[in-house]
Amino acid sequence: MADLGHFSLILAGVMALCTAIIGFSRSDREAWAAHAGSLVVGTFVFAGLSFFALIYSFLTDDFSVAYVANHSNSLLPWYYKISATWGGHEGSFVLWILFLCGWTSLVVMRRHNYPVSVYMRVIGCLALLNVGFICFSLFTSDPFARVIPMTPAEGSDLNPLLQDFGLIVHPPMLYAGYVGLAVPFAFAIAALLENRVDALWARWVRPWTNAAWAFLTAGITLGSWWAYYELGWGGWWFWDPSENASFMPWLAATALVHSVAVTEKRGTFKSWTLLLAIAGFSLSLLGGFIIRSGVLTSVHAFAVDPERGLYILIFLGLVVGGALTLYALRAGAYSSQVRFAYLSREFFMLINNAILMLSLGVVLWGTLSPLGYEAITGGKISLGPPFFDRFFVPLMLLLAAALALVPVLNWKRTRPELVADYLKRQGGGAFLLALSVGYIVQPDGVAVAAALAVAVWIVTTHVWDLIHRCRRSGVPPLAYIGMSLGHLGFACAILGVAVTSTQSVEKDVRMAPGEEAALGDLTVVFNGTRQVKGPNYLAEQGVFLIREGDSTFELRPEKRRYLAGGAIMTEAGIDPGFWADTYISLGEPLQDGAWAVRLHHKPMVRWVWLGALLMAFGGLLAIFDVRYRRLRLKAKAAVLVAG
Amino acid sequence: MNPVRKNRLYMAVFLLVAVSGGVAALMLAMEENLNMFYPPDKIVSGTAPKDTMIRAGGMVLDGSVQRAPDSLAVEFVLTDHQGSAFTVTYTGILPDLFREGQGILVRGHLLSSGKFDAVEVLAKHDENYMPPELIDLAEGNAKPPIIAPGPVKGVVPGSGSGG
Repeated sequence: MADLGHFSLILAGVMALCTAIIGFSRSDREAWAAHAGSLVVGTFVFAGLSFFALIYSFLTDDFSVAYVANHSNSLLPWYYKISATWGGHEGSFVLWILFLCGWTSLVVMRRHNYPVSVYMRVIGCLALLNVGFICFSLFTSDPFARVIPMTPAEGSDLNPLLQDFGLIVHPPMLYAGYVGLAVPFAFAIAALLENRVDALWARWVRPWTNAAWAFLTAGITLGSWWAYYELGWGGWWFWDPSENASFMPWLAATALVHSVAVTEKRGTFKSWTLLLAIAGFSLSLLGGFIIRSGVLTSVHAFAVDPERGLYILIFLGLVVGGALTLYALRAGAYSSQVRFAYLSREFFMLINNAILMLSLGVVLWGTLSPLGYEAITGGKISLGPPFFDRFFVPLMLLLAAALALVPVLNWKRTRPELVADYLKRQGGGAFLLALSVGYIVQPDGVAVAAALAVAVWIVTTHVWDLIHRCRRSGVPPLAYIGMSLGHLGFACAILGVAVTSTQSVEKDVRMAPGEEAALGDLTVVFNGTRQVKGPNYLAEQGVFLIREGDSTFELRPEKRRYLAGGAIMTEAGIDPGFWADTYISLGEPLQDGAWAVRLHHKPMVRWVWLGALLMAFGGLLAIFDVRYRRLRLKAKAAVLVAG
Repeated sequence: MNPVRKNRLYMAVFLLVAVSGGVAALMLAMEENLNMFYPPDKIVSGTAPKDTMIRAGGMVLDGSVQRAPDSLAVEFVLTDHQGSAFTVTYTGILPDLFREGQGILVRGHLLSSGKFDAVEVLAKHDENYMPPELIDLAEGNAKPPIIAPGPVKGVVPGSGSGG
């Protein structure tokens, strides 16, 4: 079965190569378009077959496959055997390839939305990228490599940290986002080749950009949530290189989502949008390079393998170099003479993009400067979270403040009186809302108060605007609702971030059985530990009783020892709540049954993820806007007329 | 000056100020939050600066870990197995994979007493893993107790919070 998978992957690579050749050489022929479409679907089918062959090898404990032997174990529950498929480097790349095939097939399904020449180039570009990825998989990280004849009798187990629901869902979401950014990238290349960048082009790209962005957002959120409950030390963002690797494309994609909106509505920001589309996917690749090559350390650094790193670096150089050269040659022609005032939606989008690019620059610098420093001086440095926080707190507050005004502003120019009038009418309501939220949150410090103020401001302007629009002209278009939800999500997230990172109570204490500890308003009682047996681990389970006023509840964090590799892992006990989480994890056993215990009370930590998911949902909602469906009908009608 | 040129001049000045301000802020933040890494011999020889936030690393010396009986204070010795060793003091929870004989990283201050006061302890996260900072140390070493760099799962901080 593994050989079948290997063969399918080779076949998928060959088909992708054919698609790329057809796409670039026969881009003007309607007849070839159908062939290219079939080839794309074929690539998808064979990549899928290859992926399922790998899953099958995991489910049947085929330890003659090196990848399975290194990442699975016969004791592993079946669902983790499946998720172990993308738990390591080789397998995660097959998933990556499968997603690229999937996105390309979706483009094929929307074939009639686009003129044939653009469509063929997009398909060709995506297929060419796919060829690069498949070669990478086959030549440097073959998932189907065999260990014959020294086949191990038992696998060495999946890293216990990855034996978790979060890992089942986080990588697929994230990869869908990473790879999804290839679609706007391909559209940008096609536009440059065809010399066609206009509002209609922006309308083609927009749904793809939104979709990729939404997946990326959801993927990053799930990763953060996983780190929070699985790593056992209660943080949800560490400015770890691998997190930065996903955050950089996200910042670029967020800027792109906004800039492409301006290109669609006003026909301006054209070359900037193209550059962002190129940058978004390039940063995905850079993230891949950072993580896969092992030049930086993190939870996700699967392998320190210079050969893989070199391959990705060369691939990155070709893709980014090629795209930027093309951009430099062509994009100069796309300057537009559209004027707009300072008090206009365009100008605020410009502010949005400038802030996002600054943030991107900070993250890029913070991630790569240690590498540069080592290359130049040989010394080793690292930049801690305070470096990033110092920039992100003011930048995100500014971004939020700019965002709050968006619903009030019109395209091109807005009369200042209108804005003043708007703000005056909302002022009372906003003030009351801020007071009541402030009473619940009890902001501690200027930054939290500022975050609260802008969050409330965003909520007021957006909700007011939605109600106003509904009254005036019925339910606004889905894209508009999506945008509002995204912005409301952002408000939730920054409020959550501000409150939870400044007002959490965190304590590391030594607790003997029967002892009590105070945690904010809570009292935590430690009732000793007991032995628990899981499917593939033994655990010491701590029993904690938490009193909050009159009510009590129990938390049972565990210290697990996995049988296959002997790895020790902490399973935190969490009482999730809308307003606050109570989080307990076991440190290490001390003398006489006492334990080192980590106690956290984290107010509003859920708001961070709920807000981010709301953003992702808003992005997805916008895709289903009626005007993209109209696009299809119009294009179909055009084809009929021409035919 | 005609209005277009004037606009361009303003734009250029604005950009210059913004960029230089940004770079200055970046440098300042770098200087405040930059942690240099020092191997044990640099710590012992006094090359490493005192009372500055730095990172250091080494192997935990067998039998050197001592817990205080009534608090979370702990002391252990980090060595390169080549004659250089220093004592680390830390208060808090050690990471799951902190074990004697294994390579770890610490972040904190080198005190004038020669002890290292750690605020964060980072351990390897896999049986075969070696923090990259320590690979050079391992390669230049003939003695056996060091694990070769292999498949990696990653370094995970032992303490600290997100945000």
